[in-house]
Amino acid sequence: MTTASTELRIERETQALEDRVRFRRLDVDDAMPVCGAGLSAFCLVWLVYERLTPLSGGLGFWLSWYGVFLAVHWLVVRERSGPLAAADRLATVVLTTAGLCLLVPLTLIVGYTAYRGWAALRPTFFVKDLRYTGSLSKATDGGGAHAIVGTLEQVGLAVLISVPLGVATAVFLNEVGGRLARPVRLIVDTMSAIPSIVAGLFIFAVIVLTFGQNGFAGALALSVLMLPTVTRTSEVVLRLVPGGLREASLALGASEWRTTRDVVLPTARPGLATAVILGVARAIGETAPLLLTIGGAFVMNADPFHGKQDALPYFVYRLIRFPQNAQVQRAWTGALVLLALVLVLFVIARIIGGRGPGHAGPFKRRRRRRLDMKEHA
Amino acid sequence: MIVDDLEQPRVTIRVHRAPADRVYRMVVRLAASATLLVMGLIGAFLFARALPALRSGGWRFLTEQAWTPDSGRFGISAVLLGTVLIAVVALVIAVPLSIGAALFITEYAPRRLRRPITSLIDLLAAVPSLIYGLWGLFFLQPRLIKVSRWLTDHASVVPFFRTKSTNYASTTFIAGVVVSLMVVPICTAVMREVFSQAPVGEKEGALALGASRWGMVRTVVLPFGRGGIVGGSMLGLGRALGETIAVSLIISPIFVRSIHILDGGGNSISSLIALRFSESNTFGISALMAAGLVLFGMTLVVNAIASVIVNRSRSGAATEI
Repeated sequence: MTTASTELRIERETQALEDRVRFRRLDVDDAMPVCGAGLSAFCLVWLVYERLTPLSGGLGFWLSWYGVFLAVHWLVVRERSGPLAAADRLATVVLTTAGLCLLVPLTLIVGYTAYRGWAALRPTFFVKDLRYTGSLSKATDGGGAHAIVGTLEQVGLAVLISVPLGVATAVFLNEVGGRLARPVRLIVDTMSAIPSIVAGLFIFAVIVLTFGQNGFAGALALSVLMLPTVTRTSEVVLRLVPGGLREASLALGASEWRTTRDVVLPTARPGLATAVILGVARAIGETAPLLLTIGGAFVMNADPFHGKQDALPYFVYRLIRFPQNAQVQRAWTGALVLLALVLVLFVIARIIGGRGPGHAGPFKRRRRRRLDMKEHA
Repeated sequence: MIVDDLEQPRVTIRVHRAPADRVYRMVVRLAASATLLVMGLIGAFLFARALPALRSGGWRFLTEQAWTPDSGRFGISAVLLGTVLIAVVALVIAVPLSIGAALFITEYAPRRLRRPITSLIDLLAAVPSLIYGLWGLFFLQPRLIKVSRWLTDHASVVPFFRTKSTNYASTTFIAGVVVSLMVVPICTAVMREVFSQAPVGEKEGALALGASRWGMVRTVVLPFGRGGIVGGSMLGLGRALGETIAVSLIISPIFVRSIHILDGGGNSISSLIALRFSESNTFGISALMAAGLVLFGMTLVVNAIASVIVNRSRSGAATEI
């Protein structure tokens, strides 16, 4: 996953050079053929598709419209400015479509989940479990409190395991290095796309077969999946810390450990927070490893080390397969809560990670002001 | 540098590190080794647990279609083919779309819109696969059935689109389309990063020689970003091969080798594991571990190749300005 910080780095590196060339903005000369071609293609396709041929269906209509639109646009620009310009405009239109196409599924997914899940979302969803709720109870009965608690505990434990390990590995890769760095980097890259079900199988083979299914096994599986995400993102963030700071610290006689602890890590703090949050956002929605490890439950079990536990994704996955509408509705409610959690985490990560290293956030600024005042007093 | 080496005698500096530093170095090195160890353990444990099934199945494990471990007939060929077909469908849709989107972001989008669009595409990557699966099952499937019918009616020259079934639901095709949506953000992110590092000098050179913007993209950005396209697609392939939940929600499992992606039912290794896991006995689980081992090995190879390709193209080793 590419992070805000990577973008930031690339933008910084390229901005100075990139600003030299500016293309003509979209002007009337470009816009008119697009509008004209769109309109004429619409009329032509409507005539042929709806009136002259026995075709029907919205998707087919719009696909034909798009094809005809491209052709008409190409011909128009070709008449006006020649084949080279026509190819250029055609590419612009096609690539812009591709870019905007990607935003369609996102809107549809978020919109549809909200639409399906909203109907039965009650405050009780966050406090009740499914203890007294069967397949035939109303969709608004019961709730997913046990699943939410399970998810929070499992993800929390996974963070406790994978963040120190991941950040330490990133520090190793970036600050210490050596012969081990190359294989570790390759393995981390490879691990970042390990199928989540395989992580589940691994924990099943190691832990569950001896200790049984419980929340902690789920947390271990999640941390296997989080580890590479956290490591890679942290490494990118640590690379952003200016070398001058490190050298200044070392030149002042600080040891490597002090340099890392007091200079490098604090400088990279916002980026590291982003790394952690992105790791959490990935882990919180994982279902496959939990299928094999946590066992699932309908009642509250707040102890992740003993007995089966539920989790929000698992809750959804199980209920959606019921034939009863009420259970399916409950599953959609759970899905909405899950999606909302992920979105919130993502937005927080973006807000924190949008800044570069060394940027003073509101807390840091307040602390600085306090220190300043102390000095003056 | 070589000359320097010849002229100056090599100086070795003995660094005397403080005890705290030695501890610090050891701790981080241990953490890094732990990461290596976990990866090794995954392979080792899967192999150890899969061994009973592999021993009893022998080479027929690779050729058998059925999956009934209790009767001794179980093999990976049908599910493996299903996995690959889903991934191929996903990539056929995702790769052109990702190349287009990545080019749009790096070369065409207004500067102000680049960050927001990138954020939204990253957000698409953060949406849980479970949600994709639900959405694909309830929203996309009814709409794709029409497309499937059209494909059989008009494109059955292509053997993939031939089918005898008539309901078009729960097919490899639909699963592939849903997986493609999950793969696109990953491919796009990698390609965008590589495209944005295309050498500015050569881009301006192309423009100065009179190339249009598309000409510049075609002659500079695309050749430069070839590694990114290949690597990004392979990373996407790795993800598509391992996708579990969305596939297991959509597909109805069958155990027949078939390349007809519109036939009702299909299968993939990961959804086989997810669906059969709870109803398997010890030997059945061993067989599933063997299937997981195959999946693990496959994604490992694909991802390792992908990350080598991407890293090489990122480092700029492919071009000299």
